[in-house]
Parts: sequence; structure tokens; C-alpha cells
Amino acid sequence: MPLPYTLTQKILARAAGRPHVSPGEIVTCRVDLALLLDSGGPRRIWPRLKELGVGVWDPDRIVLCSDHFTPAVDAESAAILQLTREFARHFGIQRFFDMRGIGHVLLAEQGLLAPGMFAVGGDSHSSMGGAFGCFMAGFGAIEMTGVVVTGEIWIQVPETLRVNWSGRFARGVVAKDIALFLCRTLGMENGASVLEYGGETVRNMSIWERMVLTNMAAELGAETGLVEADEVTLAALRTAGRVPAADALDWRSDPDASYSAIHDFSATDLPPQIAAPDSPANSGPVGAYDTVRIDQAYIGACVGAKLSDLRMVAEVLKNRSVARGTRLLVAPASTQAMTEAAADGTLATITAAGAYILPTGCGACAALGAGVLAENEVCISSTNRNFRGRMGANSAQVYLASPYTVAASAVAGRVADPRELLT
Amino acid sequence: MKAIEGRAWVFGDNINTDAMAPGLYFKSSMDEMARHCLETVDPHFARDVRPGDVIVAGRNFGVGSAREQAAMALTHLGVAAVLAVSFGRIFYRNALNFGLPALTFPNAATVRAGDVLRVQPVAGRIENVRTAAVFAVPGIPAHLMAMVEAGGLMPWLKVRLAKDTV
Repeated sequence: MPLPYTLTQKILARAAGRPHVSPGEIVTCRVDLALLLDSGGPRRIWPRLKELGVGVWDPDRIVLCSDHFTPAVDAESAAILQLTREFARHFGIQRFFDMRGIGHVLLAEQGLLAPGMFAVGGDSHSSMGGAFGCFMAGFGAIEMTGVVVTGEIWIQVPETLRVNWSGRFARGVVAKDIALFLCRTLGMENGASVLEYGGETVRNMSIWERMVLTNMAAELGAETGLVEADEVTLAALRTAGRVPAADALDWRSDPDASYSAIHDFSATDLPPQIAAPDSPANSGPVGAYDTVRIDQAYIGACVGAKLSDLRMVAEVLKNRSVARGTRLLVAPASTQAMTEAAADGTLATITAAGAYILPTGCGACAALGAGVLAENEVCISSTNRNFRGRMGANSAQVYLASPYTVAASAVAGRVADPRELLT
Repeated sequence: MKAIEGRAWVFGDNINTDAMAPGLYFKSSMDEMARHCLETVDPHFARDVRPGDVIVAGRNFGVGSAREQAAMALTHLGVAAVLAVSFGRIFYRNALNFGLPALTFPNAATVRAGDVLRVQPVAGRIENVRTAAVFAVPGIPAHLMAMVEAGGLMPWLKVRLAKDTV
């Protein structure tokens, strides 16, 4: 009789060509899709391919995105983007997205992920892809070199930690608040575990909100995060122009699968969360921080500047203005999000309130693009990390929050509770 | 793999990869990047660390980004091994892929800054010369031993490609 298995076990067994796998086992998995970015992609991998005298194992399984150094602001970043283009041309990589948005978001917009897939990415937030019911984890460029050469990678089969959320959010409370709450509650060291998010609250989330949870599995230190496929997953694939596979909904954990732990939380009374400097785990309810004055409010990054996030910002900013002495910078996560936000009036609402629109890309989140912070400045940001020096000067202080809370804080000029503006 | 003997640099919990390889220096040379390695934690580290020194840290060393420059900055500065209570998953893999021994060391708190440690990465043996204490720790995982002994993933890939087993 077959044992019950978690979704992670099923995907890893399939990718490793085994009947089944158990937590702790070391397996070698064939890679279905590898995401390379301009940051840790061609610029770091191509010289190594030359040193080894080999090419890429399968250009059709590689997705390449320029997003970290976009647009070029100096000779160095221009050269990095140029080399990335040459790599795509040289190896015949068809799925190359040059200055179209952040890779993790593009994978979703383009419908390139599917339930049951085994995918890897050269960036820690590759876990975001798990929202599609696949296993997608992040690795360093050195290890991605190995993937590009061999098409395979070793994995120690992780335990699965089930995280259930029930109940309905208060207005103005979203997936990002769950993610920050979990960084505090579960801590940032959930190694050797996959976080499988579920429950009524998660079922009711859009694919974009689920992606916030899986994105920040990286902050929780997990192997990756995922959400079992359902009708929301299939609808997202159809919107992207894909036809879901007939067995797409079979990629679920068995009902009596063995989890290392099951956590049950209620979203009903969850207040908006703030992570204070210098760690995503240093989080608490927004009310504890309402005296913190801010210089910069930043809407950006894979986790926090998708179309759904821009709409949250516009909801708060409608008929309101950014406070004097505070600047609101908005770097949409993709050109598609920008286009749709322009078409439905979202963008006009944001700019009318006094926001400053920045280029699409990873931007100031990792201090690579526009919007970095000066010494002693205070920033509230919809991004996912606030380590010291992460967004610029070492003495700058970054508070993490949802797009709703960042927008409300931009209006108030200090950390503010969006629920008060969304009645 | 040779035994390592070096001075200990002691750090706390949750030392992140942004601190080891700050984004502001991503476009700079490794020399420049390494000069800023861990400056937000210890401003003197990059200046005073000597080849052969060893890092001893608490929980979750290398939490955060996938940036391989974090492990590369340490090897560039000559750090010979990283001993921590636990590691961030991508940093751990990156370190071994660059041939930098990363060993889990539950008794990291017994080490003082400047203690001389003798480390045998393969056997999983750590000796504190000051206290004469000897610790048995998990060595390099068996499935990665050949790669680490070859010097990391690149030398290992060369071996595999030469045997045409890729």
C-alpha cells in the first residue's frame, strides 16, 4: 500500500526518478526550469563555462531575466546588461526577458511555472515560484553553474512544515502581514523544511498574494515555500495563456501526509505588521511604531510592487497626498504591471498623490538601483529584507510593511495603520 | 584535505549575507567588496583578518541572499573555515562549492575571539589550543566529500567532465 506523501516528496521523487523519497535522503534531481538573472547569471556563469569548455545543457529549460542592474546607470551596469544579452544570443535562449520586470514575477505573468515542476533559480527569492504548486528553490551562482552544465542538482529531501491560516482578514491586512508575523513567530531558521501554506485564508488569496508567502519563505530560512495547486492556480495559468496539464490538480499532499509540524493561525484578528530594523523577524503590530517619522516610503521588489500591490497603494492614496517632508518612490515589478496600472487608473492615482515613479527592476531593495538611502535616513518599504546596509548607507533604518501600510505611512509622514484610512 | 590552524573571529547569531557582501559594492572588484566584508558587524574584521583565520559564529550564519560573493569575500580574505551553530542554507552550499569548509559547531560559544583553533574538516574535529578542549562535530557530508576535497564545484566539474560522467 503506498504511504501518504507530502507534495514536496511527490515532486522530488518524480524529479529524482524514484518511486518515493523520505526526509533526510540525498537525491539528485533533474531540473525542469532554471531561472538566471543578470546579477548572478551570465556574468558569473559564462566565464566558468569557458573555463570548463562546455555550453548549457538545455537552452529551452533556461529562463533569463535582466532585472537587478536595470536600467544601466553607469559603464559597469551597462556592460553587465550587454553581457547578459550576448549570453542569450550565444546560447539561443528564447525565453530572455530584457528589462521587462523582476524574474520571479515574470515567471508568473508568463505562465512558465506549473504544478509538480522542479525548478531552481539563482536568487534566494526563487521560492516565490512555489505559489504555483511546484518546488522552486534558490541557489548561488556557483551552484547554478553546475545546473547549467549538468541539468541536475542535489537536494536533501526536506521535512514539510504545514502552516494553516483560517478566517478573513480585516480590511487593509494582507499576505505580507502574515509573512512578517511568521518571521517573528516561526523565526528565520526553518532549514531542512519546506513551508506548505494552506487553509481557508490562503485558499481565498489570489496567486499574487500567495506569491508573497512563498517569496518570504526565504526570510523564514526554509528550503522553500509552496501552496498546493487549486482552481486559483489553474486560472492564473489560463490568464497567462497556458493550458494546465490534465493532472495539475493531482499535485497535492496526501490527506494523511506526515508533516514535521502543523501550525494553525487565525487571520481574523491579525493587525498590520511592521518589521523594525534590522531584521524581518523584529516584527510587531503597527500600533507599536506610530511615532516613527519616515523620510522615504518605498514600493518595490518582487514581493511588493506587483499589480496587486500597486492597487493597494492607489486604494489608500485616492484623494490623498504624500506628506510634506516624506517621499514616496514606486518601482513597479514589471512592465506588464505598469501597463495594467496605467490602463485602469491605478498609476494616475499614485502619481496624483505625489509619488515618484522609478524604473522597473529590483532597484533599491538590495541597494543596486534608484532609491538608495543616505546615512541615518528612515525608510518604510514593501520589500522583504531590512538588514543593516541592505538599502544603502549602513546607518539607514528600514521598516518592512505591506503596500497598504507603506502607503498609509507615506500619507501620514510616520508609520501609520492603513485600517484607519480604509473604512 | 589539510588540517587548519588559525585564530578565531567570533560572531553572534543571524550574520547575514548582505553584511558579508554589501549590495553597494556588487559592481566593484572582489578586492573592494572584501574590504567591506562584515563592516556593519565588526568594522575592523576586513582590515585585521589574516589568511588561515577561522570564523566562529552562532545560529543561522549566512542567512539571506543567494549572493555567492558572501562566501567568496571570506575566501578572498583568506578565511580557512567557518564554524557555526547552524547555517543559512544557500550560504552553506555556496561555501562548500567554493571549497570553504563549513562545519556545524554546537559548542561555538566556548570559543573566545583570538583563540587558536585546529580544525580537521573531513574528520570533524575541532581543538581549542587555549583550553585544550577537543570537539567532535559532524564532518563534511559524505555526498559532498569528493567535491570539497577536489577544492570545490569547479575542480569537481572538471574531474567529472574529464571522465565524461556528466
